[in-house]
Amino acid sequence: MYTAEMRELIKKVEATRSKRLGHDFPRLSPEAKLEILKKNHPDYIESGFRTINLGVNKGEKVPLELANLIEAKSRIEMDKINLEKIDHDVDVLIVGAGGAGASAAIEAVKTGAKVMIATKLRFGDANTMMAEGGIQAADKADDSPAKHYLDVMGGGHFTNVPELVKALVQDAPEAIKWLNDFGVMFDKEEDGTMLTNHGGGTSRKRMHAAADYSGAEIMRVLRDEVRNLGVEVVEFSPVVELIKDLDGKVAGAILFNLETEEYSVVKAKTVILTTGGAGRLHYQGFPTSNHYGATADGLVLGYRVGAELAFADTIQYHPTGVAFPSQIFGALVTEKVRGLGATPLNIDGEQFVYHLETRDIEASAIINECKVNKKGINTPTGEVGVWLDTPLIDIIHGEGTLEKRLPAMYRMFKKFGIDMTKEPILIYPTLHYQNGGLLINEFGETKIENLYVAGECAGGIHGRNRLMGNSLLDIIVFGRRAGKNAGKRSKSVVIKDLTLGHVADYHKELIKNGIETDRVSPLLLPRYRHGADK
Amino acid sequence: MTEKQMVDVFILGKKYSVPSTLTIMDAMEYAGYQLIRGCGCRSGFCGACATVYRTKGDNELKVVLACQSKVEDGMYLTQIPFFPGKKAVYDMEKIEPTAETMGEMYPELYKCIGCNSCTKGCSQGLNVMQYIAYAQRGEFEKCAEESFDCVGCGICATRCPAGITHFNVGLLARRITGKYIAPKSEHLDIRVQEIEEGRMAAELDELMSKSIDELKDLYNHRDITK
Ligand SMILES: Cc1cc2nc3c(=O)[nH]c(=O)nc-3n(C[C@H](O)[C@H](O)[C@H](O)COP(=O)(O)OP(=O)(O)OC[C@H]3O[C@@H](n4cnc5c(N)ncnc54)[C@H](O)[C@@H]3O)c2cc1C
Ligand code: SF4
Ligand code: SF4
Ligand code: FES
Repeated sequence: MYTAEMRELIKKVEATRSKRLGHDFPRLSPEAKLEILKKNHPDYIESGFRTINLGVNKGEKVPLELANLIEAKSRIEMDKINLEKIDHDVDVLIVGAGGAGASAAIEAVKTGAKVMIATKLRFGDANTMMAEGGIQAADKADDSPAKHYLDVMGGGHFTNVPELVKALVQDAPEAIKWLNDFGVMFDKEEDGTMLTNHGGGTSRKRMHAAADYSGAEIMRVLRDEVRNLGVEVVEFSPVVELIKDLDGKVAGAILFNLETEEYSVVKAKTVILTTGGAGRLHYQGFPTSNHYGATADGLVLGYRVGAELAFADTIQYHPTGVAFPSQIFGALVTEKVRGLGATPLNIDGEQFVYHLETRDIEASAIINECKVNKKGINTPTGEVGVWLDTPLIDIIHGEGTLEKRLPAMYRMFKKFGIDMTKEPILIYPTLHYQNGGLLINEFGETKIENLYVAGECAGGIHGRNRLMGNSLLDIIVFGRRAGKNAGKRSKSVVIKDLTLGHVADYHKELIKNGIETDRVSPLLLPRYRHGADK
Repeated sequence: MTEKQMVDVFILGKKYSVPSTLTIMDAMEYAGYQLIRGCGCRSGFCGACATVYRTKGDNELKVVLACQSKVEDGMYLTQIPFFPGKKAVYDMEKIEPTAETMGEMYPELYKCIGCNSCTKGCSQGLNVMQYIAYAQRGEFEKCAEESFDCVGCGICATRCPAGITHFNVGLLARRITGKYIAPKSEHLDIRVQEIEEGRMAAELDELMSKSIDELKDLYNHRDITK
């Protein structure tokens, strides 16, 4: 429920509405974009980063919180692990059970491989489940993979690995078809035409959705399919270390049972990391839209066996996180809300940026309006935000549109006493996505033999900035590619004796580089006290 | 801001004083718990956090999502850590979109006694009994629509005297609808074929051969549809 002061301010929003309607706010020029980014975007705040002192990316900068996890010891006490006692012996081990993991599993099974999934929480408790907005694919007559390619490259500031972008856009229509054939209920018109929208930075309407449960709908169908296939899924058992063999190939993993605190050994011919993002590390103190287990585990695990990080210094802050009410602070307000026409406004009810700039620009403009121009709206818990004029959606598209197209969003605010069809909502950027990750090639391979990566844990596809709808797409495209290739590859792999020598070596490297620490990683779960320590 | 208002809640029988502004999930953490089960998306999407509670002086047991509900004074809380539910195994390619199929997969559907407990419990406010009725009759599209916002929290299934696992029934109905009943997307099939035949490749290869500066120029001048 809004306070009396807030309700007064909403009147200003209402007063300017008819003037704004039908007039698009001008887009920023390329120069103005760069300026606003440099001044406001967290990626440009130097104090939020430091260089790492060991490993393949030694000397490169990453967020402080990630650097601390990289420069940390293993969680396992080596003498407690018996690598001779194999608890699971499989062809393909998939680490993580979000959309990328499930897609990889389905394709790996098709190659005839014996597949196992090990995951930290429940199967499907993952960022994929939460994705609302949609998934891109150039499948309409006015569109093409090439147009999609240009948008992706532009969105990523032309730093993306071109071959990965090519794979992404070329496989996209097939990925949608694959999902549709499994029974994913995409929004369609009566004649079967997919309902598609714009997202920030798209030149064509190519965002496919399933209401605002796009990720949930994809995830629950893929999960059901994996269960139909009988794949063994071990839940509440995160991987805490990868295992190599005497040749230096990746050859399995150590699992940690979160409840019994016991370790087990998985021997695997190939391993696919699909552990997702890092939001729960709360870089620079930002709130996050991510699921509880998004703690960058895969980056740490991969780095320790020698895989290379790419673009680890670039993070996506979603322009529209919830700024009020406090119970859902940081939760995501899907970009589709802007896609459908809602615009950001300052305390005077004036628009200050075009509503469909790319995410980094939009977020920077909002931070700028609050922190530099001081035209944000203060909330009772001391946060600040700007309005997002959501009632515009029904005004533009007809009454009932918002509730029909954004049921989850509508329900979430309604639970806390706000009717977003009638009142604007308060938003501020939230830590949303890890643009970078472990570098892969178009087959999903890293440079470490038999180690594959897919999904948010992978780096290179999106360059320095990802466009909405390209992540749900990449988890399917590269999840499938990694699954297929790892499955095929597993047939010719011969594993030598297993070893954790690389972990011992890593510990030596820490000492050699003068890093003395008691930190252990991966983090596995964050710890929240909500002010109880104060 | 006014001084923090505190309320008393009981977690697994133990009393804790917590700020009244917190959700149930936050309150457990405030009390010192580090959640392992019963926590996932923290945003009302995954259904991991179904929580049973009773308020002092009231004998009705209520079930809600811990991440989506505020604490109230005198709440006695416990989480449903894992609720076993039946899932049929099927091959979507071979399945037939008829009521018989549904009945074979989930025969207990027909034991529904219409008590409406499922609907009363649903954390998403769905008309669960109604979508079960649609499933019984093989009206998959209606069942799909009615169950679409289900987050699979399992609350309905904890209450059903007929032993129905509603969320899995809804899921099957939706998959059948998505695959067999919803209209086909012709433009999608055409595009997939065009790509397979290599007809989209030239345009893409040409872009890939351009320098970054050329790409930038194309990007900054690309036409954007309304
Ligand atoms: C709120 C929200 C909305 C979004 N909306 C969109 C959208 O509209 N469109 C879009 O394209 N993208 C969107 N995204 C981004 C996109 O959903 C994610 O980037 C993508 O789903 C990631 O998929 P994934 O399979 O790589 O990782 P996830 O789905 O996060 O899965 C990671 C899995 O790994 C497991 N795991 C983690 N650590 C370990 C470990 N040590 N051992 C074992 N398992 C582990 C986790 O438990 C989880 O099962 C959104 C993201 C969020 C958070
Ligand atoms: S239908 Fe059942 S499983 Fe689905 S949201 Fe409602 S109570 Fe939860
Ligand atoms: S709880 Fe079970 S028996 Fe009761 S109405 Fe729902 S489905 Fe029918
Ligand atoms: S934690 Fe996902 S619904 Fe509450």
